[in-house]
Amino acid sequence: MKIRRNGSARSESINPSRRRFVQGLAAGGALAGFGFLERPVWALNSPAERQVLSGTEFDLVIGETPVNFTGKMGVATTVNGQVPAPELRWREGDTVTLRVTNRLKHSTSIHWHGIILPNNMDGVPGLSYAGIAPGETFTYRFQVNQSGTYWYHSHSGFQEQTGHYGPLVIEPRTRDPFTYDRDYVVMLSDWTDASPEFVFSRLKKMDGYYNYVQPTVGDFMRDADKHGMGQAWDRRMMWDRMRMSPRDLADISGATYTYLMNGATPSGNWSGVFRRGEKVRLRFINGSAMSFFDVRIPGMKMTVVAADGVNVHPVPVDEFRIGVAETYDVIVEPSEERAYTIFAQSVDRSGYARGTLAPRQGMEGEVPPLDPVPTLTMADMGMMHDMEGMDMGGGDHAGHDMGGAPAAGAMPGMDHDGHDMGATSNAAPAPASMSGMDHSGHDMGAMNGTSSKSAMAGSSMNGSAMAAGNMSGAAQSGHDMGGMNMSGSGSMSSSGAGGGMMEVKHHPATEYGPGTAMHVSMVSTRLDDPGVGLRNNGRRVLTYADLKSLDGWLDPREPGRTIELHLTGNMERYMWSFDGVKFSDAEPIKLNYGERVRIVLVNDTMMDHPIHLHGLWSEIESPDGGFQARKHTVVVKPGHAVSYRVLADARGRWAYHCHLLYHMKAGMFREVHVV
Amino acid sequence: MNGIRIEERLMQMKRVATAAVLPVAALAYSPSGFAQDGHPDWPSPVHDNTVLTKVMVDRLERRDASPEDFTYWEAQAWVGGDINKLWLKTEGARLNGKTEDAELEAYYSRAVAAFWDFQVGARHDFSIEDTPARNWLGIGFKGLAPYRFEVDATLYAGTKGRSAARLKAEYDLLLTQRLVLMPEAEFNLYGKADPERGLGSGLTDSAVTLRVRYEFAREFAPYVGVTWENKYGGTADQARAAGAPTHDTQYVVGVRAWW
Repeated sequence: MKIRRNGSARSESINPSRRRFVQGLAAGGALAGFGFLERPVWALNSPAERQVLSGTEFDLVIGETPVNFTGKMGVATTVNGQVPAPELRWREGDTVTLRVTNRLKHSTSIHWHGIILPNNMDGVPGLSYAGIAPGETFTYRFQVNQSGTYWYHSHSGFQEQTGHYGPLVIEPRTRDPFTYDRDYVVMLSDWTDASPEFVFSRLKKMDGYYNYVQPTVGDFMRDADKHGMGQAWDRRMMWDRMRMSPRDLADISGATYTYLMNGATPSGNWSGVFRRGEKVRLRFINGSAMSFFDVRIPGMKMTVVAADGVNVHPVPVDEFRIGVAETYDVIVEPSEERAYTIFAQSVDRSGYARGTLAPRQGMEGEVPPLDPVPTLTMADMGMMHDMEGMDMGGGDHAGHDMGGAPAAGAMPGMDHDGHDMGATSNAAPAPASMSGMDHSGHDMGAMNGTSSKSAMAGSSMNGSAMAAGNMSGAAQSGHDMGGMNMSGSGSMSSSGAGGGMMEVKHHPATEYGPGTAMHVSMVSTRLDDPGVGLRNNGRRVLTYADLKSLDGWLDPREPGRTIELHLTGNMERYMWSFDGVKFSDAEPIKLNYGERVRIVLVNDTMMDHPIHLHGLWSEIESPDGGFQARKHTVVVKPGHAVSYRVLADARGRWAYHCHLLYHMKAGMFREVHVV
Repeated sequence: MNGIRIEERLMQMKRVATAAVLPVAALAYSPSGFAQDGHPDWPSPVHDNTVLTKVMVDRLERRDASPEDFTYWEAQAWVGGDINKLWLKTEGARLNGKTEDAELEAYYSRAVAAFWDFQVGARHDFSIEDTPARNWLGIGFKGLAPYRFEVDATLYAGTKGRSAARLKAEYDLLLTQRLVLMPEAEFNLYGKADPERGLGSGLTDSAVTLRVRYEFAREFAPYVGVTWENKYGGTADQARAAGAPTHDTQYVVGVRAWW
């Protein structure tokens, strides 16, 4: 048994060994070069002691290094002996030269995540080059034409999981349009003592292997207490009928992961110092293999100034969710002479990464409790979908499927989740305004009135223009509902400023195989949904609707065509793909050099997928087709569709994939070939 | 098989234990759409054809039965990729150190829908003492039915016009994250009587079992339970004639493991 496992932090008491496992060793981390049990660089509390490499010439050595994060010795894949890899500082406009030497027994690589560069410098074995063979040194050389916060990582095997990732900061030629006195990288990641091959095999062999927050009889009884036996029963039956779990939040959890902040475990407590009144820039990077984090600093507002390295109009928030591979830069201004906790809880609340901002080293702030475990709702599943061979479209079912929205173990305000894809306005997280929306329109009321099966009778969800229309009405006034219908060929028409419900009439034929367990029929095009577990939590939560890049389109042309791709998977078999076709069975996506295309991603799964396109920017469109934000990694929530424009201005063969490492490994990957 | 790293192949070869499963492994490596574009020595950017092996000892239990306690096993194993697998299944009983009953099945299994595998293969009922062996061709579906019932349904065609059917279904009800109640039902039907094996025609026997397992680890869970076995029709008649009970309530204690 390689993995120590325990129940969810919520439902079972935490024993001492569990606590050490979750919180890690105070002095954990990479051990090589320092002698065992001596503190590694990243566990040292002074940020001045971090290894930061800057300039234009870099020598990086990939090797294996003994580490100890949990009390158990392990071996990490490291760059210059560190987890994370050294912070690299480049300057916009410089030509950088990076000599990367492989001291592993197998091939390795470095991909510069989010960097626009020539195809042969992108670092994807099989697409950009052959990879870096053992003993070899590969020299990367390219001009840096952007600035901001990025990261770099291996694109070989599972090396990202075992430590091969590091921060990358590019100083702008001209000053950033905001000021700050201090600058810290905050890199989040997930560590497991188990080998990634073992983890992958467990996921393939048993659905929910790492999930210790699955619905239990106790959850059912609590739900029945709260909502009545009938509702609780209907809800349970609905999920069971679909063979899905409303607690399918994260494939891999704190059952095996120890979450790290700058390579420090929660008890290791990475710390950055400030002087009161200073502005501190925090460059958050999610270098995890599989973990989404909800990040906040209790007692302090964060002003988001950049996303994925690109400056945005400043947005003050209390909290943000950072998907795997995303970066967010925030400015904080600690006003008190005290320690502030940087708290990053995993989306399934099975653990957290934690660090501290304080006037002096060695201080600790209060660590908040984990939020309640979120529960997915029908809204997160695209309202209705037909499951493999099952007639789910009947009006008979539709009624209580809709009503099934309020979920077991509901959070306050959870009752609204069933339709807050249509109704939630992030700008108004107050429950009062939510309930106002709930009842605006009697069809909404009927949908909320759970047991009323007849409310939706006769209106199969596939054709529930009624629902969509009313929800739109409740959500925001005056969009053209007709425009939300997605045509079979997959063009997403504009659908009003806030977005709304989009009917998904067509799924590719390839989606009806063993690899796809679910097909959405209604998705939200709204960008202002904070996501499961963050809705109506009383905190101002960042959404994509808040992100407005300072610059506009890279190219003002309207896209000449639309490529619609569905994000598909089957948790039961642990198969993941685009359009139901995994990489090895798929043809490359061909783009013509110079063309402007729109990519529409429709999420046919119950999970968030961070989709990363190499070599080309992804420019997210607002629901009405306007410019929103330029990113390198676009998270598509369950029950959602996201549309973005791509300018095919770089020739070559680019990787395009889900950045959840094990999804990628399962085949959720395509080649985009710009010719 | 271009583009599969040697070490990965070696690892897979190691996992693929017998020559019999090589065709399955080959099936898992269906020709890939990955074009090497003039770089035949480059690896594939993603190796998404993982071949794995899973061995499941679903039941290894002691049963407090009449007239005598016995040991019962049910085990399965598969090797293969996402779509194509080779399955082996065995079940049987041992009494006083002697095998009382044993059967072995081998199937080619193909994922045909999100939750269903189609399986075609053969079953061998071993000859034990004066009980003759029987051979069957088997065809069936195995998977997860709506409402999360784990179902294994197989039709069998034997020699001399024999036919049979077996239906198994079980459900996992989580009492806690580790304590799981697992009801199970099994029914066997035979097309015509087989007196040499004590079988009548039609529904021959059923077993309804309630087990509660505790998952010390996902892979290792001891359990206790109770099973109600019934024999019907001609099968029951023959049991009576032989002085054996036609229905029996048995307490079981055992272990479930997989790797």
